[in-house]
Amino acid sequence: MKPSRLSAYGEWVLDRFPLASLWKDHMTHYYAPKNFNFWYFFGSLALLVLVNQFITGILLTMNYKPDAKLAFDSVEYIMRDVSWGWLVRYMHSTGASAFFIVVYLHMFRGIMYGSFKQPRELIWIFGMLIFVALMAEAFMGYLLPWGQMSYWGAQVIISLFSAIPVIGDELSLWIRGDYVVSDATLNRFFAFHVIAVPLVLVMLVFMHIVALHEVGSNNPDGIDIKKVKDKNGIPLDGIPFHPYYTVKDLVGVGVFLIFFATVIFYMPEMGGYFLEHANFIPADPMKTPEHIAPVWYFTPFYAILRAIPDKFAGVIGMGGAIVVLFLLPWLDRNPVRSIRYRGGIYKKALALFVISFIALGYLGTQPATPVATNVARVFTVIYFGFFLLMPLYTRWEKTKPVPERLTVELSFEEQIPALIETFEEITEIKPTVITATDDHHNHPAFRSVFFSRRPNPEGMRNVATRLAKKLKESLD
Amino acid sequence: MKKLTTLLLLLTLSFGAYASEGVELQEADIDLGDKASLLRGAKHFVTYCLGCHSIKHIRYLRIALDTHADEKEVLKDIAPLGASIYDQIHSAMNKHDAEKWFGTQPPDLSLIARVRGADWLYSYLKSYYSDPKRPFGVNNLVFQDTAMPNPLWQLQGEQHIDIRKTIYGDQQELILAKDGALSEKEFNQMVNDLVTFLVYVGEPTQLDRQSMGKYVLIFLSLFLVLAYLLKKEYWKDIH
Repeated sequence: MKPSRLSAYGEWVLDRFPLASLWKDHMTHYYAPKNFNFWYFFGSLALLVLVNQFITGILLTMNYKPDAKLAFDSVEYIMRDVSWGWLVRYMHSTGASAFFIVVYLHMFRGIMYGSFKQPRELIWIFGMLIFVALMAEAFMGYLLPWGQMSYWGAQVIISLFSAIPVIGDELSLWIRGDYVVSDATLNRFFAFHVIAVPLVLVMLVFMHIVALHEVGSNNPDGIDIKKVKDKNGIPLDGIPFHPYYTVKDLVGVGVFLIFFATVIFYMPEMGGYFLEHANFIPADPMKTPEHIAPVWYFTPFYAILRAIPDKFAGVIGMGGAIVVLFLLPWLDRNPVRSIRYRGGIYKKALALFVISFIALGYLGTQPATPVATNVARVFTVIYFGFFLLMPLYTRWEKTKPVPERLTVELSFEEQIPALIETFEEITEIKPTVITATDDHHNHPAFRSVFFSRRPNPEGMRNVATRLAKKLKESLD
Repeated sequence: MKKLTTLLLLLTLSFGAYASEGVELQEADIDLGDKASLLRGAKHFVTYCLGCHSIKHIRYLRIALDTHADEKEVLKDIAPLGASIYDQIHSAMNKHDAEKWFGTQPPDLSLIARVRGADWLYSYLKSYYSDPKRPFGVNNLVFQDTAMPNPLWQLQGEQHIDIRKTIYGDQQELILAKDGALSEKEFNQMVNDLVTFLVYVGEPTQLDRQSMGKYVLIFLSLFLVLAYLLKKEYWKDIH
């Protein structure tokens, strides 16, 4: 058959650019463990949100004015007079929060299944650098709407640099470009937010993925799938990323977008957590708001800052809370990766860490009363304890034997019979009493399974006991 | 591990209450679909508020379009004399005069409903009471020592504060001392219209956004079903 004109053009490109081999190496012949669960959606979702932020961000810059006199009004102009401007703006503002939700879950997955351990230390380091860049990006982006919280949040955070001895005041002056947050600050933050940091982010994401594809993905069992290969050198427990994980991630994308769209269309302010109420007041350098709270994704670190009595020590503490995360691959001395085969002491420590992180996040949104500050201190100690005591308690840990091959979890569909059984156990069939007046209740819809059964206290007790036992076992 | 999952899910879902300190707020009944209420609110705003407060982020034309009202009628009934349909809604008050008269500039109210919330605005406008110590002779239960005089006093009448000592501390209650031009029910309706209008002005697209949302969600649900079926088809040989 004569090659068509089109395929000849294709050949021309492929002779000069390794598109086919790139696709092969990173998609169709990149073997990923076949037992990825729910936690493994968040990496691809983070990429999706990044793309969303880029596209909506570019559209926003077309109408936004980085000028202290015009910024606030230009955002309202986008919200009201630019066609679809409100949608683009909400996609961007909700995307910022979604980014942190997705990234926090992605990081937690890494901690849970030991994805940061040898040989994936560099993936973790690149990931942490992405996290830091993301925080910088979000912080500078939050100044741009030029509302009261934008302004005073930036004022508080930049003034932290002045706590550094000797050079502090000069340094914060240099960052702001003025004695207070002002037009100069807004302009430079705009430059960083729209070009400098995004470039760094893209580069880091690239390195994160290159490093990942060099050593291969970890999995919920924390087993190296490359140890057991077939005669062609393909891991027996591996499946090609494309098409298997591309179609699977598409399902994750669908679920994520439903949540994302619900927020955008029905609760874009998310009760004042995604868009703070006070940020609808234009920035006023003469009026300090009573209660300055950063956006929710910074609040755990903000709570640590406030919990430490000395300002400079607080800054160190806040920075330290992020630095210890970088050190994780070297703090954890246990060679077993996945939480499934680790000892009870680590599981309990991780549970405490999650509780303290959430609690600190909540406390960071609240005014610092003496009681709240003391509670925050306790959780700060737990937060750091989790990391700094790790070299000790991970050595004492009694781990379970790690299997040779991947274990396969039941899918949601396979769990349905068990769920139905549990439902049948906690309910019992109602004794049917049919009276003449009850006629409309005998309509088929009312005779469905939900109406013909009533709660069964004994069954509920049994199920609760079993759940409690299971929970206790899973923590051993 | 399942428990941790639940905890994390709770974290993402537990965004809720917006704290408001002090007195308990009364609930406003906001229905943005009620175009007549919106138009009444707009008229009340121009009559009682526009003297001092602008809502510069909206134009008369936008109100006409969103309420399906006739542009000429909006100009005749709502806009002050001489305004153009394309004008943003600006107050005629001069900044320096305002500073001199009230000690502060009356803020632009375009976004006030997004800052304070409908219930706060509704309660605030209803909670003025006479207090001879204040420059305008009135104080407010919801916003102590507010710089704003009560623009609606002729309609509501004059309220007095009644403080009773109880074991829970002082309990404050407002009592209508002198009847106004409107009955209590009419006045509540009037304030509610005004607040409805301000909620609309805070985000004129909110009605579009909500009505559009359901189609987006239906589309995404279909997408999810297809994606799930596709995944199942591809994965059926993986064990």
